[in-house]
Amino acid sequence: MSDELKTPLLDELEKGPWPSFITDLKSMADRPMVRDLLGQLEKSYRDKQGYWKHGGLVGIMGYGGGVIGRYSAIPDQFPGVSHFHTVRVNQPSGWFYTSEALNEIMDIWDEHGSGLTNMHGSTGDMVLLGTTTKELEPIFRALTAKDWDLGGSGSDLRTPSCCIGPARCENACYDTLALTYNITHKYQDELHRPMFNYKYKIKMSGCPNDCTAAMARSDMAIIGIWKDDIQIDQSAIAEYVDAGFNIQEYVIEKCPTKCITLEGKELKIDDSDCVKCVHCINVLPKALSPGKERGAAIALGGKAPIVDGALFATLIVPFIEIDEENGFEEVHDLLERIWEFWDEHGMNRERIGEFIERVTLKTFLEGIGVEPMPQQITQPRDNPYIFYEEYFEEETE
Amino acid sequence: MAGEVPIEQLADDMFQVVSDSAGQKKLKAKDLTKAVIAKYGDKISKDDTKAAIRLLIDSGRCVYGYFGGSSIELPHTEGSANE
Ligand code: HEM
Ligand code: HEM
Ligand code: SF4
Ligand code: SF4
Repeated sequence: MSDELKTPLLDELEKGPWPSFITDLKSMADRPMVRDLLGQLEKSYRDKQGYWKHGGLVGIMGYGGGVIGRYSAIPDQFPGVSHFHTVRVNQPSGWFYTSEALNEIMDIWDEHGSGLTNMHGSTGDMVLLGTTTKELEPIFRALTAKDWDLGGSGSDLRTPSCCIGPARCENACYDTLALTYNITHKYQDELHRPMFNYKYKIKMSGCPNDCTAAMARSDMAIIGIWKDDIQIDQSAIAEYVDAGFNIQEYVIEKCPTKCITLEGKELKIDDSDCVKCVHCINVLPKALSPGKERGAAIALGGKAPIVDGALFATLIVPFIEIDEENGFEEVHDLLERIWEFWDEHGMNRERIGEFIERVTLKTFLEGIGVEPMPQQITQPRDNPYIFYEEYFEEETE
Repeated sequence: MAGEVPIEQLADDMFQVVSDSAGQKKLKAKDLTKAVIAKYGDKISKDDTKAAIRLLIDSGRCVYGYFGGSSIELPHTEGSANE
């Protein structure tokens, strides 16, 4: 057999305008694991069939998550990827690293794994791709010796993740990094010892721009929001106008609820109609900023299609205090009530969004002790079947 | 009252449940919790059951598995595992 690796199908992926993971893999093809990964991938493309087997039990002693086991189904042809397990490493909040920290990780991974990484996986973790079963415990020891830990996988709390929040964004409505750090540490058992019906992802975004895409990708989206009026610096508005910026076209006409008007050089917002989409703030950053009364909205049930179809999150709590002084108690309290009710009544492999759909929003709200509120209605006549106890009482009188 | 049954006893009971269903049905943490709650009722708390699972796993008597959902199983060599 020729030593030269031929990958005509994979080569096609290098032809477009974008950087290609194939190019990256080839640059490391001197490693047997990477070389056989390319080989097996090429064969998969040619045969239109995957050649990976599920790893089942593979993991770290004591941990139920963090390692995703995979074996090649054709190890005779590609011995380098006979074992190709993935290790999820809990990322620092907001993905801030020093180069020293990255070097630390890479040294460990070069020694014990393929050297391939995916920074970052959709859970938020650093994803170290490709190692063997016998290397798992040594990797874990090396990582923990440097204060790193594994992330979640399986039916557990997945590694909480957040946007860079106040570290870079002046309009972040709460400290996403602090809350993520807090939740990660408080719920270590839930993270490492799968005890849920299915996975539970929490993502934190500091404002409705939702840079973590929490609404679509997490079971629990914690989105920064404000309660009072958008702050307006009228002199800065005047500067935009004087500079010839077309506020009418780019801001006023694009406000989804048409609650902005411009009189001369003065901008007015009818905040009672504002749905806090943050469009105007994004476009006029020098003049507008969120109100002063800041916290978060909590939406539940976003997920990609696995067992059932994709779901977008449903707003459950329009405003919650995110109070670091208070140890984030309100968030913990709500989270624990949600887990308790889902644990009691949820079915195996039923995500929280599917659970809410099955038991109905009304039952769910009752179960977690949250009052029905108009903000929970997606649109008129979409999910209106909430009956207020007061109405029943009046009727039966 | 919670805490009346020693955690070791709960872990032993759970181990028995896992052993009995080995090879037949994959059990989840919740199934083990339910089994001991059925036996001891309110003599034990949820925290007791969590502590028992921790003991069960950390002692190496059981391990976590994953296939679609997470399970708690006896240690064994997986059919899919390559040498
Ligand atoms: C040209 C004839 C009709 C048209 C175009 C029409 C149209 C509509 C529309 C658009 C709705 C709202 C559906 C929604 O919730 O999104 C509605 C609701 C309803 N219609 Fe009609 N309708 C017509 C005739 C009738 C007749 C003849 C009856 C009864 C004899 C009727 C009974 C109802 C009822 C009970 C509802 C539900 C009301 C509610 O709970 O809000 N409709 N109709
Ligand atoms: C072919 C026959 C019928 C058609 C096409 C029909 C159509 C509809 C439609 C379109 C709605 C609105 C659903 C919505 O809110 O989205 C509705 C609601 C309703 N219909 Fe009918 N309907 C029929 C027969 C009946 C009959 C025979 C009754 C009662 C005897 C009835 C009672 C109601 C009531 C009470 C609602 C309101 C339910 C609610 O909003 O909670 N309908 N119907
Ligand atoms: S979600 Fe908001 S606060 Fe977070 S990074 Fe994006 S714009 Fe900034
Ligand atoms: S935040 Fe959105 S809805 Fe509110 S005023 Fe600005 S553009 Fe309009």
